[in-house]
Amino acid sequence: MSALNISLPGLELKNPIMPASGCFGFGREYSDLYDLSQLGAIMIKATTKDARFGNPTPRVAETSAGMLNAIGLQNPGLTKVVEEELPWLSQFDVPIIANVAGSMEEDYIEVAKEISQAPNVHALELNISCPNVKTGGIAFGTVPEIAQSLTKKVKEVSAVPVYVKLSPNVTNIVEMAKAVEQGGADGLTMINTLVGMRIDIKTGKPVIANKTGGLSGPAIKPVAIRMIHEVSQQVAIPIIGMGGVESAEDVIEYFYAGASAVAVGTMNFVDPFICPKIIAELPELIHSLGFDHISECTGRSWKTVEKLTHHRA
Amino acid sequence: MIKQELCQVIDQTEIATNIYELTVKGELVHEMKEPGQFVHLKVNNGISPLLRRPISIANINQDEETFTMIYRAEGKGTRLLATLQQGDLLDVLGPLGHGFPVEETEACDTALLVGGGIGVPPLYELSQRLTANGVKVIHVLGHQTKNAVFYEEEFKQLGPTFIATADGSYAYSGFVTDIIKNENITFDVLYTCGPTPMLRALEQEYRHKKVFLSLEERMGCGIGACFACVCHTAEDPTGVSYKKVCSDGPVFKAGEVVI
Repeated sequence: MSALNISLPGLELKNPIMPASGCFGFGREYSDLYDLSQLGAIMIKATTKDARFGNPTPRVAETSAGMLNAIGLQNPGLTKVVEEELPWLSQFDVPIIANVAGSMEEDYIEVAKEISQAPNVHALELNISCPNVKTGGIAFGTVPEIAQSLTKKVKEVSAVPVYVKLSPNVTNIVEMAKAVEQGGADGLTMINTLVGMRIDIKTGKPVIANKTGGLSGPAIKPVAIRMIHEVSQQVAIPIIGMGGVESAEDVIEYFYAGASAVAVGTMNFVDPFICPKIIAELPELIHSLGFDHISECTGRSWKTVEKLTHHRA
Repeated sequence: MIKQELCQVIDQTEIATNIYELTVKGELVHEMKEPGQFVHLKVNNGISPLLRRPISIANINQDEETFTMIYRAEGKGTRLLATLQQGDLLDVLGPLGHGFPVEETEACDTALLVGGGIGVPPLYELSQRLTANGVKVIHVLGHQTKNAVFYEEEFKQLGPTFIATADGSYAYSGFVTDIIKNENITFDVLYTCGPTPMLRALEQEYRHKKVFLSLEERMGCGIGACFACVCHTAEDPTGVSYKKVCSDGPVFKAGEVVI
């Protein structure tokens, strides 16, 4: 019996490991390196109604134990994703989580409605937290009422469960989480990147053309762990955790914080084989920690002993 | 096919000021097809620096299963790379990207290879391939200063070689474009790699000729997944069509993309 299979709204995962949106394109590049059917799921690159070129270059800058990016939601647009990318992905035995982005409410609704009908899309990830687009995006992710309203409207049109991707760039993450839960979200994914900047000491100007970028990588893991620890105790919906995951140990830490599955982002760029490596290492680690199944790890950092005993029985 | 392998360092030598020649051994050498491809290096085991470093391939030796890179130790990553010694292991991802089309020059034709600074190294493998095909090669290589000049003799063995230094401390003073004009160099195909202003000048000057440019851009993944290193296509310069420098390039035909 597998120690890694996980059931979440819309998702029957053979393991809880998936590449994070924006760090894996639509899977084509990585499919040359390994069989994508090994993955628990794939969170594909954010899709908008119309094709987007994104921001000028340079779009990335390295930071200590992390990186800044300001890609700007470059993607081929809804029609191409539905007609080309998703059918191509259907050759793999892996559920797709489609990341939906936009700058206006109507855009989100249109994309969600259509993309959720693709046979291999098992859930949506509502991207209300991209820090790198000028209009829309971030406002949806920082004002609880707006986030709740958008979640509600997307839920009405989506054929599959909706996970909302939360921004860490807020004062009160629990308030945001509760708002989207009340809006009908089936789950949360967290966290998106933290807004940051680097300045070139020779030119005196920001390194990234967009000036600011989203910080990701191991540097942000403690922030994500803290936020998931807080949010998971206040909501009833499951959380897919992400932020700097680089090992099977990190996955366990996310589960202990309160996550039910984990996405790997930036580390795909450092080690393109990171996802299958973590999946291979997890069973032994789980057993060495005294668990039979990875689901027993969720929320261990805050659940009471009684609850844990009950949960394990 | 792209492979990830721990390659063994065979030799590392500082061949000019802060310019290092690094030779490593590994099976992925057999995957190296075109001159002008690059590898993505993890310079240390830790998470700082986190990302890999794209480095061009200067020389491939299939028989010995080795390849050589020449790079400038400038930032945190390349300075760490410069500390590697014989016998050390280096995490290499590659070969990546599409290189220079050797077949675009026919035997007995003349190819002009123009390099600037750290754009010079990939031209060395290219020049060897071209000369092996019976192509006549001429090299015009620009460097900042006398102490930064490298591989002058190696290039001279393959064909006429002109060196320019920006500060005039060695050989010609000035830009590579000046040499081409002043020496009345004629050619059938131009291959170039170097700073973007140099590439732009060459593209502009020889737009009626067959020209291939190798671009440089800050990269994330190096395999085409992260969309960090995209550029506009020339036919749609402000629209949504694009090319990725890492996987569609780094070599493009002049006029194909906006530089």
